[in-house]
Amino acid sequence: MDLGSINPVLLIAALLLASTPILLAAMGELVVEKSGVLNLGVEGMMIVGAVSGFMAAVESGSPTLGFLAAAAAAAVLALLFGVLTQVLLSNQVATGLGLTLFGLGISSLMGQGYVGIRPPASPRLELPVLSELPVVGPVLFSQHALVYLSLALVLGVWWYLRSTRSGLILRAVGESHEAAHALGYSVLGTRLAAIAFGGALAGLGGACLSLVIVPQWTEGMTAGRGWIALAIVVFGSWRAWRVLLGAYLFGGVSVLQLNLQAAGIAIPVELLSMSPYLITILVLVVISSDKRRAQVNAPNSLGRTFHASG
Amino acid sequence: MRKIVLLAAAAAMSMGLPAFSGSHGDGPVKAGFVYVGPIGDGGWTYEHHQGLLAVEEHFGDKVETVYQESVPEGADAERAMTQMALQGADIIFTTSFGYMDPTINVAANFPDVKFEHATGYKRADNVSTYSARFYEGRAVQGLIAGKMTKTNKIGYIASFPIPEVIRGINSAYIHAKKANPDVEISVIWVYTWFDPPKEADAAKALIDNGVDVVLQHTDSTAPQAAAAEAGVISFGQASDMSEYAPLPRVSSIIDNWAPYYIARVQAVMDGTWESVDTWDGIGPGMVEIGEITDAVPADVKAEAEALRDAIGSGEYHAFTGPLNKQDGSPWLAEGETADDGTLVGMNFYVEGVTGEIPN
Repeated sequence: MDLGSINPVLLIAALLLASTPILLAAMGELVVEKSGVLNLGVEGMMIVGAVSGFMAAVESGSPTLGFLAAAAAAAVLALLFGVLTQVLLSNQVATGLGLTLFGLGISSLMGQGYVGIRPPASPRLELPVLSELPVVGPVLFSQHALVYLSLALVLGVWWYLRSTRSGLILRAVGESHEAAHALGYSVLGTRLAAIAFGGALAGLGGACLSLVIVPQWTEGMTAGRGWIALAIVVFGSWRAWRVLLGAYLFGGVSVLQLNLQAAGIAIPVELLSMSPYLITILVLVVISSDKRRAQVNAPNSLGRTFHASG
Repeated sequence: MRKIVLLAAAAAMSMGLPAFSGSHGDGPVKAGFVYVGPIGDGGWTYEHHQGLLAVEEHFGDKVETVYQESVPEGADAERAMTQMALQGADIIFTTSFGYMDPTINVAANFPDVKFEHATGYKRADNVSTYSARFYEGRAVQGLIAGKMTKTNKIGYIASFPIPEVIRGINSAYIHAKKANPDVEISVIWVYTWFDPPKEADAAKALIDNGVDVVLQHTDSTAPQAAAAEAGVISFGQASDMSEYAPLPRVSSIIDNWAPYYIARVQAVMDGTWESVDTWDGIGPGMVEIGEITDAVPADVKAEAEALRDAIGSGEYHAFTGPLNKQDGSPWLAEGETADDGTLVGMNFYVEGVTGEIPN
């Protein structure tokens, strides 16, 4: 197939960046769900991260401070969810949905004075020597720092859940909170920590949108990416590498279809438009089609309320 | 006499009957607005909300307004409209093409409430339609785009394949081609009115493919930011987007709904409201061309302003023959202008635009 004016190097560079917000949010939610908590508020945490990061970056002039503020603000919001669901034992689904609505509302309130402002530029990370390599240099070694951070996080989360003692405890809490409690592990503490971590990553994902990809603050700018992240965690059957694959697949096909349109490739636009959803779902369904393994991966206590006095 | 009217109205209301239309006694007229995006989109919805504010400013205590933002097109829209009607709205403005069928459905249930649907073509006794001839503004943008492009490739971020959007693409292309016979247009359909990251990605995809002028028919300012980063030029859409002037935004189309909204609310107050179809352009001021910045050479700017004025005075029509359809079949003969019927239902590209219109 003639790809016309599409430059594969630019395409890959674009897909890495476009996938990053979803990957970050999905990685966070993966850890949260592995601890047995279903937080449907990803969209709300992302957008609060987007606005907080934007505000902090504009006020301080430093994108780095912006990202830190985004992670912190979204983590605080997540902890609100944590206190409601873990301490006050509210319903997780309802509280999570509420968190999304709350996040969307408060973000537009917070961002009132920040519409139409340009944030300080977030420079690409030029790795010495490597970024000057032909072809692969601009693709792999000249991305924004968040792209590398998100990849490092995938590695970190995978290693943490698989090989560390604390990761094992987190999974135990997610599989059977009664058993973990009986063994003397703090279900509450573990879950609150996971929830805060998930919030921080969702916030970073949001700030990636408002400071790097778009970059500006607009109300409602996450436009459903939090929900995509949630779906990718499920389709990725709670495994870090599959979540990475899902996020890159979704982001990649999204960018690819826009490029195919721009290059005037004669494929029906309707097909191109739904392709990101279709292909991501298909591939992840196929690789997770082994029912037994999928069940093993789904945390057993997911979404169930735990009360220690029981 | 006045007292009797009031008593009758009070009696009607206390019996749970809807107050009869045309006479509102001294109570304020309640105007409802349904928005497809957030007010802060900086584009389409922002300008409709400016219209609402103008209504409040103009009528003061005599009017009460209510609005709902980010209402999805579809079933949710019916719920939002029904809610407004039940809350006693006298007139409801539904401000997106996708609200067309919901508006007609809800209007059938509330015969005493007036509905105003933007950019659609279905009317009823209590449903008016109104729209602006955005394609007139697109002609001016096309001219500037054709003159300014160095790569001879201009890009167009399109939302949904509906006549309004297709008219814009055609008008922009026709006038870009007149200004620069080598020009090509790339169209990306994003299937959304408002999704800043996707709009930004679409702009980047166009730019990565060699486009150096980006036109958008989506509502957020995200493509402006992408254009700024890449150093190409863009145009404000629906709103001035002047925060991106003088570059990348070199001009804009501004929707000015305020005079229309004020006139329609006034008609409800006076009891003279009736179902009409309004389609105004540059001439009556519903479409405004935002300031052309100094990034555009003076001669191009003068030419663009002359085109704007010629369209505004009615001397020139943006679709003037000779024009062929995309497949080469003749559409308009030399000097012939398009009739509104064809424009309203436009579902074809003109000759020279590549690609197919999705169904």
